[in-house]
Amino acid sequence: MNMPRFWREIQGRYNLIGSRCGNCGDYFFPKRDICPKCHRKSIGKMDAVKLGGSGKIVSYTVVHDAHPEYSDMKPYVMAIIELDEGVRLTSQIVDCSPEEVRTGMRVRATFRKLAEDGKEGVIFYGYKFRPE
Amino acid sequence: MRDVAVIGIGITKFGELWERSFRDIGIEAGIKAINDAGISGSDIDALYIGNMSAGAFIRQEHVAALIADYVGLAQTSHIPAIRVEAAGASGAVAFREAFLSIASGMHDIVVVGGAEKMTDIGDEMANAVQGMAIDQEWETVFGATYASLHAMMARAHMEKYGTTREQLAMVSVINHRHGALNPDAQFRREINVDTVLRSGMVAEPLRVFDMCPLSDGAATIVLASMDAAKKFTDRIVKVRGIGQGSDTIALHDRRDITTIDATVYAAKRAYDMAGIKAKDVDVAEVYDSSTISEIMAIEDLGFFEKGTGGKAVEEERIALGNEIPVNTSGGLKSRGHPVGATGIAQIVEIVKQLRGEADGRQVKDAKIGLAHAIGGTGGTAVVSILEGCE
Ligand SMILES: [Zn+2]
Repeated sequence: MNMPRFWREIQGRYNLIGSRCGNCGDYFFPKRDICPKCHRKSIGKMDAVKLGGSGKIVSYTVVHDAHPEYSDMKPYVMAIIELDEGVRLTSQIVDCSPEEVRTGMRVRATFRKLAEDGKEGVIFYGYKFRPE
Repeated sequence: MRDVAVIGIGITKFGELWERSFRDIGIEAGIKAINDAGISGSDIDALYIGNMSAGAFIRQEHVAALIADYVGLAQTSHIPAIRVEAAGASGAVAFREAFLSIASGMHDIVVVGGAEKMTDIGDEMANAVQGMAIDQEWETVFGATYASLHAMMARAHMEKYGTTREQLAMVSVINHRHGALNPDAQFRREINVDTVLRSGMVAEPLRVFDMCPLSDGAATIVLASMDAAKKFTDRIVKVRGIGQGSDTIALHDRRDITTIDATVYAAKRAYDMAGIKAKDVDVAEVYDSSTISEIMAIEDLGFFEKGTGGKAVEEERIALGNEIPVNTSGGLKSRGHPVGATGIAQIVEIVKQLRGEADGRQVKDAKIGLAHAIGGTGGTAVVSILEGCE
């Protein structure tokens, strides 16, 4: 992943900025320009909103076979997390052993290094989640 | 809409074909299908090619023109050549587009192929390219892999419905048993539950033998309007129904990660168009990119009630000789999964079954067959229903 491509998504990945539909009130992450429920009525009303960062694990896995940029972290836990606002995202679970992770477990976002591009020497940061 | 029929099929051996190039396999499947149909080049109105990522796999784009060129149709008849991409559903979406081009009255005879050459770049790179079908910005960058998303679907299915680790393994066991009977399959070796459970861990609870392999291969179909079809052959297989559906690209945005809604909607559209129900299907090729994919597919297609797919597999109700034989070709797991070719290869297998040409893996009296393909983790799904005509 090159630098401009990562930089463009920093608001989402650093600060958990999503969208809230001004028509129906639903939250979305990452930001969207159109609400899938309200369609045309939502255009121009999708307001930027900072999500609270707390939620629970919907499902998870321990990754043993990873892409090269993530190999030095393995085995690591990937999870789908549902935030309290109702939006879901995919992230790593850290600061606990894989054996402790459970479906339904409460977790909270934390700011961490995501990966390192070996060739460019660039380090990418963003959210991971830890037990609450 | 006009009726459309399959009048020719061709397929290469699937596997790690290091001595053969993308164009070699694309042409081989094409020539076989054209010979099978008994047509000549001047009969062909258009060419569709399903291909996911030739640019990344072999550093060649513009592959529809390339195949048209080497089957000898570019310089003479200058036919339209169209590439279609929808990750693992590329071939199936190409098939639907080719179908529409005839049903609409635009074309009479169309060749639709699927091809992928995945093994030239090494496993690590090939896995990364295949993984491009998931959301690069909001899944991959956080460390998710294609297999890890399947693993989360598997865990959720196990926790919600009581699907067991052994039931997942049985999907692979049955597909290998079927694939052993298919001379074109990549792996022709029977395995047992222990083989799966002892294979290396990929993403818990899924292991190496839960996941389909990287493969090279190509498959081709000749489609014709029913009127044109009758001029060339009496072995006609009619396309009775075809449905396609979409869903969010990221798995986490789905309504329910234990069902593939794109499949549910594609199936409903295909069944409605064909005027049949799931119980009328005699043989099916479904998308087993992982063992959990197949369990979800046989539920989402309506063969078994939601949540009972694992038990149906354990009872071998999907094995040859039983209730509804699934993946008689060996499926993605055993036949192999050259991504863009898979959707076409599935239909080739169904046509063989409906013509009674499936030899040792023939389903007795198969009249109606179904093919099901998925792109990514379920952002695209296509269901095609075919019927053999006497
Ligand atoms: Zn809305």
